[in-house]
Amino acid sequence: MDKTCKVVDTFDIMIVGVGGQGTLLASRLLGEVMMSMDYDVKVSEVHGMSQRGGSVVTYVRAGEKVASPIIEKGEADLILAFEKLEAARWLPYLKPNGKLIINTQEIDPMPVITGAAKYPGNIIDDIKAAGANVITVDALPLAVEAGTAKATNVVLIGVMAKAMGIPKEIWLNAVKDTVPQKFLEMNLKAFELGYAQ
Amino acid sequence: MGKNKKQLLLGNEAVARGLYEAGVELVSSYPGTPSTEITESAAKYDDIYCEWAPNEKVAAEVAFGACVGGARAFCGMKHVGLNVAADPLYTASYTGVNAGFVIGVADDPGMHSSQNEQDSRHHAIASKIAMLEPADSQECRDFTKLAFELSEQFDTPVLLRLTTRIAHSRSLVEVGEREKRELKDFPKNPDKYVMMPAMAQKRHIVVEERMLALRDWAESADINRVEMNDGAVIGVIAAGDCYQYAREALGDGANYLKLGMVNPLPIKLIKDFADKCEKVYVIEELDDIIETHCKANGISVIGKEIFSRLGEFSQATVRKSILESEKEYLSVDAEIPGRPPVLCAGCPHRGVFYTLKKLHCNVSGDIGCYTLGALAPLKSIDVSTCMGASVTSLHGMNKVRGDEFASKSVAVIGDSTFAHSGITGIIDIAYNKGISTVIVLDNSITGMTGHQQNPTTGYTIKGDPTAAVDLTALCKACGINRVRVFDPYDLSAAEKAIKEELAVNEPSVLISRRPCALLKQVKHNPPLKVDEEKCTGCTSCMKIGCPAISMKGEGKGRKAVIDFTQCVGCGVCSQMCKFGAICEGSGK
Repeated sequence: MDKTCKVVDTFDIMIVGVGGQGTLLASRLLGEVMMSMDYDVKVSEVHGMSQRGGSVVTYVRAGEKVASPIIEKGEADLILAFEKLEAARWLPYLKPNGKLIINTQEIDPMPVITGAAKYPGNIIDDIKAAGANVITVDALPLAVEAGTAKATNVVLIGVMAKAMGIPKEIWLNAVKDTVPQKFLEMNLKAFELGYAQ
Repeated sequence: MGKNKKQLLLGNEAVARGLYEAGVELVSSYPGTPSTEITESAAKYDDIYCEWAPNEKVAAEVAFGACVGGARAFCGMKHVGLNVAADPLYTASYTGVNAGFVIGVADDPGMHSSQNEQDSRHHAIASKIAMLEPADSQECRDFTKLAFELSEQFDTPVLLRLTTRIAHSRSLVEVGEREKRELKDFPKNPDKYVMMPAMAQKRHIVVEERMLALRDWAESADINRVEMNDGAVIGVIAAGDCYQYAREALGDGANYLKLGMVNPLPIKLIKDFADKCEKVYVIEELDDIIETHCKANGISVIGKEIFSRLGEFSQATVRKSILESEKEYLSVDAEIPGRPPVLCAGCPHRGVFYTLKKLHCNVSGDIGCYTLGALAPLKSIDVSTCMGASVTSLHGMNKVRGDEFASKSVAVIGDSTFAHSGITGIIDIAYNKGISTVIVLDNSITGMTGHQQNPTTGYTIKGDPTAAVDLTALCKACGINRVRVFDPYDLSAAEKAIKEELAVNEPSVLISRRPCALLKQVKHNPPLKVDEEKCTGCTSCMKIGCPAISMKGEGKGRKAVIDFTQCVGCGVCSQMCKFGAICEGSGK
């Protein structure tokens, strides 16, 4: 992580997806990872109405000193998108040289379900054509392989962990601290499957 | 976790930590985004008695009573909740406190989960109560403790104002130990605590003097902090999240007056700061409270000329308005469909809204998850304003439009909202010979705010079993003779019940009873699946607006598909299908 250039330099990550996909757990876990590395950390979450199947975003910022809890257009070093339409929606928030991890899962929003709008055909190609540095992963089958579709978020955390180059041990400890004991084994497997991508 | 180790806490969790450390004995609140987690977190400390009250007025009165009773007390609510609690608030300002009394209020600029964007600083000014505004989680903890000290020092309730981004952001917090506090003597002092005209007239004098004393305190308080930077010529006056946005955008390129107390505002401190800057900007979301104060005191500042009264700000807002610059960014040309929030797969409200739409009913709606019934494709709510208004507004409509209209019109209100302020409306209908039909959407929980218990669920905030309101008996006791219960997963039963109650010329209450599908104790059926052979692609099942069902494929091959990750097997869609194409799946 480069933190040498300006007075207040930060590493800024956005986690975006559809309400109910488990983005909150991912942002909390990432926050714990950053804190355990002795950074100042801010994590901004979404609660309430937007959680009901709407487009959701959480911001995680780490650095020597973090002021704003949110990330704006052109500022994110990394965006982890749990769904590909959401990747396109939040693309403007990526730094032009930032990294975008996309779960290729497709979840139709209500305007598509009702026929008022169309789900764009080749959205990942469009994102690449816009100049973004993209990593794609099909996380849902990996989560099912780990034991439950619900672990999709942890598979994606594994993918992000690999992309960020922070020692794996720190992530594993954060998973152990965040996930209930009952589901730990399944989630560790999900993490490993993501990390191996 | 070691006690000196910093913790990564939500602003709301940090407020709860502050309550614990301040030796608070009682917390009474009604849930409301973005304030809910203050009370949920406080309930995790065994040393604090916590409760969910039926509404904010009750909560504020309970907390006020506890403070008069000699113990530090708190109530928390969202901005619109403070309207409900305004009655006790404005007079508690006159009585003052015995032990400390703090009211937490969370505003929602941008309306992430609210029906309006009101600025609760107006309530602080109008009720003549001091208001603090923290800018991160550490300050949430620190200012909560300070609020109790100020409350006791100045004999006043104190408001603690948060905004969504402070309440729902995590940042590092250094915590401390809980103060041990003795219960204060119960006051026998009617001149101070019985607000009849003769006493209140005298107390008003005290209130005005207290505001002057608080302003003096604000002039030199540590929480109103000046930060001068070498070479910087512009000045920024801001509080809360706006201070953080300014810091992010302008860094050390500006001087700052960071206000921790937003009512009353200092005068001399602001004048002195402004004198040292070439140009002063006031950055505040929502209304122009600080700006108006500056201008009224002859201090030249720039505010709403360049900053909006609408929505939430960010560092980009500050950059654009002051530096006139924007960051470069990427985007795709493709049209990106919106993704509005929806009723969850398996939501028990779905069957009711589908039926109301089918019957072409006029629907007076209320505040909760079920307000989402207003969106396509269900689109079955015509009006929705505030908590409880579904019942009362329907009564008003029916009175002016007559029986014909009433026979096609219903109110819908959730169980928690009904306990909050629906009951008085039911009394009004029965007492004033109304004929309204009210549907209580009883999903056994307060849903939208994230599953809080309420007086109808039979459990306390701690999850302990307790008395539950018997809705049927309650409505009957209010004078409603026709009360019946149906299961909203059974579409024909729902339709029959609604039709029959609309047909009668007297008031009725229908209870649509089925627990929220997201509740842990609710057992789900395996996901359903579509038999491709039988599915004709007719799209009947799409009419219920379930997020788990979509149409895939082209032309004759276009069939319904059920997303196994979302489907909970509620079976409402299979009742829509004439071809028996939706059947039980094996699960995955």
